[in-house]
Amino acid sequence: MSKLKSRFDRLSQLFLPLSVLVVLLMINLIKGADYFKITMINGVFYGNIPNILFGASELVILSIGMTLVSAAARGQDISIGESGAISSAIFVQYVLSAGEGVTIWTILAGFLISCAAGLVLGAFNGTLVSFFNVQPMVATLILFLGGRSIAFIIDGKVSPILANPISNQIGTVIPGVPIQTPIILTAVFIALVAVVLKTTNLRLYVEAVGINPSAARLNGINPKKVIFLTFLIMGVCSAVAGFIAVNKAGRHDSVNLLKFIMMDAILAVALGGNSLAGGKFSISGSIIGAYTIEVLNRTLLRLEVNPEAIKAFKAVFIIILMVIASPVVRDFARKVIDKAKVIGSGSPIRPAVPISARSAKKEE
Amino acid sequence: MQPEIILKMEGICKSFPGVRALDNVDFTLRRGEIHALMGENGAGKSTLIKILNGVYEKDAGRIVLEGRPVHFRSPQDAQKLGIGTVFQEIALCPNLTVAENMFIGRGWKALVNWKEMNKRAAEMLNSLGIPAGPTQELANCSIAVQQMIAIARAVDMDCKILILDEPTSSLDEDETQKLFALMRELQARGVGIIFITHFIDQVYEISDRITVLRNGRLIGEYLTAELPQIELVSKMMGKALSDVSAIKKHEPERSEESVPVFQAKALTSAAGVRPFDFTIQRGEVNGFAGLLGSGRSESVRAIFAADRVTGGEVRVNGRRVKIRKPLDAMKQGIGYLPEDRKNDGIIDELSVRDNIILALQVMKGFFRPLSRKQAEEFANQYVKLLDIKTPSLDTPIKSLSGGNQQKAILARWLLTHPMYLILDEPTRGIDVGTKVEIQKLVLKLAADGMSLTFISSEIDEMLRVCSRLIVMKDREIVGELRGEDLTEQNVMQMIAQGGELRCQS
Repeated sequence: MSKLKSRFDRLSQLFLPLSVLVVLLMINLIKGADYFKITMINGVFYGNIPNILFGASELVILSIGMTLVSAAARGQDISIGESGAISSAIFVQYVLSAGEGVTIWTILAGFLISCAAGLVLGAFNGTLVSFFNVQPMVATLILFLGGRSIAFIIDGKVSPILANPISNQIGTVIPGVPIQTPIILTAVFIALVAVVLKTTNLRLYVEAVGINPSAARLNGINPKKVIFLTFLIMGVCSAVAGFIAVNKAGRHDSVNLLKFIMMDAILAVALGGNSLAGGKFSISGSIIGAYTIEVLNRTLLRLEVNPEAIKAFKAVFIIILMVIASPVVRDFARKVIDKAKVIGSGSPIRPAVPISARSAKKEE
Repeated sequence: MQPEIILKMEGICKSFPGVRALDNVDFTLRRGEIHALMGENGAGKSTLIKILNGVYEKDAGRIVLEGRPVHFRSPQDAQKLGIGTVFQEIALCPNLTVAENMFIGRGWKALVNWKEMNKRAAEMLNSLGIPAGPTQELANCSIAVQQMIAIARAVDMDCKILILDEPTSSLDEDETQKLFALMRELQARGVGIIFITHFIDQVYEISDRITVLRNGRLIGEYLTAELPQIELVSKMMGKALSDVSAIKKHEPERSEESVPVFQAKALTSAAGVRPFDFTIQRGEVNGFAGLLGSGRSESVRAIFAADRVTGGEVRVNGRRVKIRKPLDAMKQGIGYLPEDRKNDGIIDELSVRDNIILALQVMKGFFRPLSRKQAEEFANQYVKLLDIKTPSLDTPIKSLSGGNQQKAILARWLLTHPMYLILDEPTRGIDVGTKVEIQKLVLKLAADGMSLTFISSEIDEMLRVCSRLIVMKDREIVGELRGEDLTEQNVMQMIAQGGELRCQS
C-alpha cells in the first residue's frame, strides 16, 4: 500500500505540468482538429507533435542539468546558453579543421571535445560555487556575461557554416530513419540520465545535500563535491544542447545560439514541481515542464498571436501557472478537498482516512 | 480563596489524516497559575497549544476565555485576546536590536519613533528584570536572555495567558533559574502560564498544577504538590514504573592489557577543544560530563572528525589510522549521533527509509546503490526493532515525533554495525518512554560488545548508563570517575573544582 501511495505522491507532483500540457493540447485541438495528425514525408514523420519534440530537444536536456544544480546548489546556473555556445564553437572549429574529409569520426571526436569543454566550463562554475561559496547566480553571471565573447573569438569573429552532410543529418534526419535525429538524441540522453540515476546514488546524495548539507556531511557525504558534480553534469548538458543546436542551425551564430534559454530551463524546473531552493527533485517533472514550454510557444504562434506580443502572453500564462502552483493556492485546495470529504462522509467530527488509524490501533 | 478561572477548554477534538490527535480533552487555567502540561511526544500537547493560540482550528469543543466563548481563526486572533506563545526555537531576528525585536510587526506605525520605542523597551526590560539594553543587538545576548526577550514580547500586549513550549531545553541551570524568576514575576502579575517541558524536576520546582495527556486523551489534572514524581511518570507512560528502574548497568571486564577499540592521543580540532587523550574498550559505555560549553560535544566531534582535526594521533584496535573526515571515521567502524538532531541529524524532507539507510549507503559508495527492495528490508527491520512509529517508510521524517526521529537516526547508525558508537544527547527533547528505551538499548548494545560514548545533560541518566565518566571543564578534561566514585555528588564536585577530587580521595 505504501508503494502505491508513494507512486501517487509522485504523480501528484507531476499533476500540474501534466494538466497544463493537457490544457494546451486541448486549446490546440479546438483551434484545429487535425492537431495530432502526423504525416509521413519522404519516410519521415512530420506534424505538430514531432515538431514539438524536435524543437524542445535542447531545452529538455538543459532542464535536466538545471534540475540537478537547483537541487544540490540551491541556486541556478544562468550561463548554460553561453556554455553551449562556447562548447559548440569549439566543436565547429574542430570539424572545420578537418576540411573536406568530414567523417562520422570527425563529428564524434568534435562532440567529445566539446563535451570536455563543457566539463571545463562546468568545473569553473562549480569551483566558484562549491569551493568559494559564491552564490550560483553570481558565479554563473561571469560566464553569462563573457561567454558569448569567448565563443565569438573562437569562431574567428564570423559565423562559421557547418556545410558537411553528417552535420545536416544530425540536425535534421538520417536517411532511412523515420524520426528526426535531435528527437532520438534527446531520448538517448534521457535514457542515459535514467541509467545514471539507477546505478548511482546521485539522487540520494544530491537531495541530502540540497536539504541539509550539514547532516549530509556528518554522514560521510562531501557536499562540496556533490555540488561540484552537479555543475559538471550541467556542463555536459550544455555541450550536448550546444551540439544539437549548432547542427540544427547549420552555422554557429555565437550571438543568438541558445540565447536566454536559461530562463526557459529554470521555468521548466519550476513547472515540474521542483523547488528552486534545493532538495527533492523530479527530473521527469522538469522534462514535462520543458515540453510544456515548447507547446506553449507553439500554441501562441498557432493562435496567430502577434510575434511582438508573444512574450507578454507567455508572461501572463506563467503568472497564472505560478499562482496555481503556489503553496497558498495548494493549501487552499487541500482544505476545500478535506472539507468536501468531511461532508461526504457525513460526520463532522471524524474526518479523513480512518484506515491507518485503525491499523495503528491494531498494532497496539 | 479559589483563584479565578481564566481559561476553560472543553471537549476539544482534533484529527489529522490518519491520526486522532486530541480526543475530548478538557483543560482549565486559573489566573496567576503556572500550569504544567505533561505528556510524552505525540500525547497531544503541541496540538492543544496550537489550538489555543490559533494555529490549528479545532474539530469540536469550545474555548471559554474569561467567561466568554471564543473562536480563533488565526494566531493574530489569539494574540489580540491576550494569548502569547513562546516556542522552543526562538523566533526573533538576531541582527536587530532588543527593542526592535520587541516591537517589530506589532502594529506600530510606518514611521518608527525610535526614542519612544527604546524608552518603552527599557521600561519593560527593567520591570521584568531582564538583563539587556534596548539598543543591544539581539545576537549579543545569551540564549536565556533571548528567550526572556521573546517572553517580554509576548507579554507586552496585555497578555493574560502565556504559553511556554519547552523554553528551558537549551538553557543551563543558571539561565533556567533566571527564566523561572521571570515566570514568577509574571505569575505575581496574574498571568496564567502554561508550561511545557520534558524536565520533570523543573515541573516540580515551578508549577502549581499539572495536566497530563496521553495518546490524545486527558489523563487528569493534579495539584503538583499532591502528585509524586514517580506517579507522574507512570501516568505519562501509562505503565508501572518497575521497568524504568529495572535498568541494569553492564560492567565490562576491566582487563588493562586488552587493546582498546579506540584510542586517541593529544587529539584536538578546529572547534577549539584542548588536546586530550581518550580510550574506550570493547563493550564499554563511557560518557563526557560537564556543563554546556565545557567541550564535551567538541571532543566527540573531534573523534568523528566532524570538525577539522588539527592534531593528535588516533588508533583503532591498536592500528594507527588517519581520520580526517566523517567518512574516514565511518569506515573505521565509528558512528556518531549528533547533538543537534534537526540541523545535523535528520534530512527532514527525505523519507524515513532514506534517512535510515543513508550512512550505510554512503559507506557502500556512490556507485553501489542499494536496491529498493534491500533498502526497504533494512529500514523495515530497524523500524520493527526500535519500534519506530511511522505511517510508512515513505513518510518524510520531519512528520515524525522527535523521539521517533531520534530512533530513526539511531537505526541509521546501527545499520552500519559500528564497533564504536557516539551518542551526543540522544535523549534530548524526547519523551520519557523513548528515553528509557534508548538507555536500555545502549546497555544491550554494550553487552553485545559494542563500545559506546553517551553524552547527556542529565547527569543521573549518564550515571545510569555509563561505567566511566570523563569530566570536562572549560574545554579540557579535568578528571575521570568510575566504579564506586561514580556519584552525582562527585561529578558535581569535580565540575565545580576542576579535578581536585582526585587529590582529596
